Amino acid sequence: MIPFAYNHLGGCDRACCLKIEDLTVRMGGDVILDHVNLHMHCGQIVALIGPNGAGKSTLIKAILGQRDYEGSISFHPAGGGAGKLRIGYVPQSPSFDRGDPVSVMDLFTCCNCKRPAFLRPTKAMREKVLSCLANVHSEALIDKRVGALSGGELQRVLLALALEPMPNILILDEPLSGVDVEGEGLLMDMLDEIRKRFDLSILMTTHDFSMLEKYVDRVVLLREKVLAKGTPLEVLNSDAFAQAFHMGGGGGQ
Amino acid sequence: MSVWYAICSATRLDFLSLTFMQNALLAVIIMTPLFGILSTMVVTGRMSFFSDALGHSGFTGIAIGVLCGAAFPIWWAVGLAVLFAFLFSFVRSKTNQSADTIIGVFSSTAVALGIFIATMGGGSFTKFNKYLIGDILSVTPGEIGLLALVLLAVIVLWCFAANKLVLTAVHPQLASSRGVATARYETLFTVCIAVVVTLAMSWVGLMVINSLMVLPAASSRNVARNLREYHLFSILGALVCGLGGLVTSYYLGCSTGAAIALYLAVFFTVTFLLRKKRA
Repeated sequence: MIPFAYNHLGGCDRACCLKIEDLTVRMGGDVILDHVNLHMHCGQIVALIGPNGAGKSTLIKAILGQRDYEGSISFHPAGGGAGKLRIGYVPQSPSFDRGDPVSVMDLFTCCNCKRPAFLRPTKAMREKVLSCLANVHSEALIDKRVGALSGGELQRVLLALALEPMPNILILDEPLSGVDVEGEGLLMDMLDEIRKRFDLSILMTTHDFSMLEKYVDRVVLLREKVLAKGTPLEVLNSDAFAQAFHMGGGGGQ
Repeated sequence: MSVWYAICSATRLDFLSLTFMQNALLAVIIMTPLFGILSTMVVTGRMSFFSDALGHSGFTGIAIGVLCGAAFPIWWAVGLAVLFAFLFSFVRSKTNQSADTIIGVFSSTAVALGIFIATMGGGSFTKFNKYLIGDILSVTPGEIGLLALVLLAVIVLWCFAANKLVLTAVHPQLASSRGVATARYETLFTVCIAVVVTLAMSWVGLMVINSLMVLPAASSRNVARNLREYHLFSILGALVCGLGGLVTSYYLGCSTGAAIALYLAVFFTVTFLLRKKRA
């Protein structure tokens, strides 16, 4: 299996690259992921699609190091050599309790600061958080409670959080679920802006195929193995896609 | 302690003229902020039912301690509650039943075992009333010192671990993706609750102790907009209700624990009515 990135970007030597090679994950006796091979380069947006239970979340957990696996996941920065992989992770959103008295400022403090969040934040900390929120044009949300944010707002806040400290790769788990059509466009435009500005690669899982062509560089269709990968058009028109989502009775649209 | 007694006498307040009231006042001043702090995370972590169950297991511990003729059965209670906490986490991780079901299983078993042991051989249950109802007036200077040490330990824990505890409670996946060892912090906090609930049980009373663990933060959540306000209102609310409860119980001759719990209920009602559209 030839990793798709080789063909299109002239090899991994010059660009920074996340390599997933022969990744296999087992749970009990079942094989969840079977010899998955993927290369992701900086500046790319890659969408991971597949029916429910196809192993998308498992792959993300393996990359995050929360799951044991066989095979290798390695990262090479631009110009070759070995580099430390920093991952920014945006979890699937709607799991904050609406009543939690945790402000956006508190959330950043809890994640990035030593100073306990129940003390008044220093001016420098506040400035820092404001500059993080500026990356997603959401400075106004700093004193709002996370439970009171709309789906789109929460998504942007979690995105800003994932960008601090600046990662090499940004992983978003179903960022478009719970976001309306308008919010979807806003979020995708923002991701596009971020990958250009910070030159990082973005991996996202999604069930929304309508936006793939407009925003995404690469699509990977996963069900235990990589069934198809390539440009959005290539994958959406492939037999494997038709099988996985129409005849296979999967959970997609 | 002599400084404290001198201060109390200097106030010339009627209810502070007796030594045991002076002790009780100091105990309340130390104990209620302790509950106020822990309460914030019990409620955020949705552990209110769990802390209730820990109190029940503490009762079993006391029954076993009395059976074994221990001089301080309270240590048996602490030990058993900690064991209970570990056992619960273990069973929880091995089954797909929901947490409240598992807690129900543990809680009822603990109470049954406690009553079984306490009444074995036709034993009288009345000696256990002290733990069910609680008696803050029986607190000794040594026990107050112990409470102060626990408060200090919790404050130190909070300064180092509050951020990680909050993150673990509000969003476990986010916490672990940012390198927080969530299981370790959960266990640490659970042990903390186990120790405090069982230690305070003989002063506040098993029947109402959970109100101190839940109501301060539950009330505070009604109005707090961030973690700073959340902690502040919870601690102040617990302290004021504690003092109010002690004074009321002195004049009406009722149980202090119950009076404190009722004040906390009023606190909750007031904040509930005050809650506005928060930012």
